[in-house]
Amino acid sequence: MSMRNIGIVYRKELTEAVRDRRTVISTILVPLLLFPVLSVGFGALAIALVGKAKDEVPKVMLRGGEDSPDVVEGLKKLDKIEIVPEAPGWKDQIINKEIRAAVQIPAGFQSDVAREKSNTVKIFKYEGEMKSEFATEKVERYMKDYRDKVVKERLAAKNLPETVLKPFEVKQENVAPPEKVSGAAIGGLIGYMVILLCMTGAMYPAMDLTAGEKERGTMETILSSPISRMHLVLGKFFLILTAALGTAILSVLSMGVSFSVLGHYTGLTAGGRAAAAGLLLKLGPKTVISVFLMALPVAFLFSAVLMTIALFAKTYKEAQSYLTPMTFVVIVPALAAMLPGSELTPKLSLIPILNVSLLCKELVAGTYHWNFIAIIFFSTCIYAAAALFIAIKMFQRESVLFRS
Amino acid sequence: MIEARGLSKRFQDKKRGEIRAVDNVSFTCQPGKIYGLLGANGAGKTTTLRMLATILEPTDGTAIVCGYDVVEHPEKVRANVGFLSTATALYRRLTAQEFVEYFGRLNGLDEPTLKKRVDDIFNRLDMNEFRDRRCDKLSTGMMQKTSIARTLVHDPPVMIFDEPTNGLDIMTARTITAFIRECRDNGKTVIFSTHIMSEVEKLCDTIGIIQSGKLLVEGSLGQLRDKYAEHELEEIFVKVVTPHYVAEEAH
Repeated sequence: MSMRNIGIVYRKELTEAVRDRRTVISTILVPLLLFPVLSVGFGALAIALVGKAKDEVPKVMLRGGEDSPDVVEGLKKLDKIEIVPEAPGWKDQIINKEIRAAVQIPAGFQSDVAREKSNTVKIFKYEGEMKSEFATEKVERYMKDYRDKVVKERLAAKNLPETVLKPFEVKQENVAPPEKVSGAAIGGLIGYMVILLCMTGAMYPAMDLTAGEKERGTMETILSSPISRMHLVLGKFFLILTAALGTAILSVLSMGVSFSVLGHYTGLTAGGRAAAAGLLLKLGPKTVISVFLMALPVAFLFSAVLMTIALFAKTYKEAQSYLTPMTFVVIVPALAAMLPGSELTPKLSLIPILNVSLLCKELVAGTYHWNFIAIIFFSTCIYAAAALFIAIKMFQRESVLFRS
Repeated sequence: MIEARGLSKRFQDKKRGEIRAVDNVSFTCQPGKIYGLLGANGAGKTTTLRMLATILEPTDGTAIVCGYDVVEHPEKVRANVGFLSTATALYRRLTAQEFVEYFGRLNGLDEPTLKKRVDDIFNRLDMNEFRDRRCDKLSTGMMQKTSIARTLVHDPPVMIFDEPTNGLDIMTARTITAFIRECRDNGKTVIFSTHIMSEVEKLCDTIGIIQSGKLLVEGSLGQLRDKYAEHELEEIFVKVVTPHYVAEEAH
């Protein structure tokens, strides 16, 4: 084994890769820009849209209520809501978004309440439509407050304490540390992202260094040099591995920065994005190194498998048609780890990709099952070594190198 | 020196079954001489030369190149061979100098020796003007010079040219033929394949005519003229090849 020769091939491939616009875009620019654009850009847009919806003063139609002046007066005094008088075709008006909701006060409502007779106030809305939901929420909150006030008055009139209606409380309390809570929520996502990005990072150079080389006619040139085919394939393999890991590292960094920026603008408390941001910043070197160490054999596996498959192709386009379906083969097990309730078992720890994805979830949550870590690391290393062995063998087959 | 001993290459084709691309070919090329392998398209020239350059492995037989067996020591054979064909393209994103240096390093040259050799070759081939230009920005002539520099960087004693002038304009083709002569004059063993008769007439000391993977005849141009009572090489070639071609068509 000549490390010198492998190094010569690696350095040459690296020089070519950094001069290739397509490689730079897919390996560096896309991972660096994807998350800021997707999370910050999309998040900012969502915040802007929600804010705009909340700022709008919705029109709510009042139906009935002529004999319930106190309730009607209370509704009219509500902040940021415009009560409009009853008009025909009110349902269509809600559907057509001319008004956002309608509230129906039944006849004799106020006197029924006074006589302690039960009655129903109905709110009509456009389900799933954000502005209609906001309007409904405001009206419903007012009616519930009114109901609570009535209950309190009734209890007071009968000299009864409020505990009559609420003899005891039920409370939930979390005992898991915050990083474990967030880890369980987004640990699967991190595993999924790292796996998928290792794959996408390896894909372009895998095609360029094999099928691309055949297509450009340089395969025969390099095969006429004294370098052994094993050294040649290893030099190429290490470059593909570098791209895979580089893409994954840049993506995770970009994801962390994007989420923290988003968290800064959203106040860091609301939503999973902000939680993710907080978590990514709190991951700590131990978790980051653990995830990276587990990503290493996966990137190794992808680089070898993708290189072997792409080597069969005669042209870059043909290689693309072989490798694109591979994305789905990887996405499915990686996604499966994100399903609620999916956990590592001895059998699952032998299934490539799925095992690492499940393990990442545990690692991010700060749980280290050393027996699983060992099984998964070594099994993935074995799969990766087998894939690399096949790649080396394929590189020695004339029927593959000179397929016509 | 090159000594082919019963070289054979068979391929499996899904539609046509087994194909004998090269069938028991034996010949010898001497240092300081040019051996021309003449044949029509698909005759087996490229496969023969690829086996000599160890890009393909023989199915049967072998060849000894500079004392090394192509089957047993392919890497040592390649270290003693410069291989040039129109199919050996350049790495487009490297500069001409980086490209030549890459192959120098792969041939085991240390950095001081490599620098000296690259400077010598670039001066000799008048390549300094474009040494830092990327290969995808070079003209066809510049590309050919860069390819020549690549084959020379390790100063191999054996040169193999596979249809080196195919598709090139006349001026670029002349650069190549001049280079082939220079290799011979420098005492290198040279073998080249072509289907261009005039090139063979001008360059070759020994001519081998190949058809359907078989070496049908070999000798100097004078010997072939005497044997077939024809002056033009084209007529000799037709006389040699036609019976086999007809038999093959009938088969």
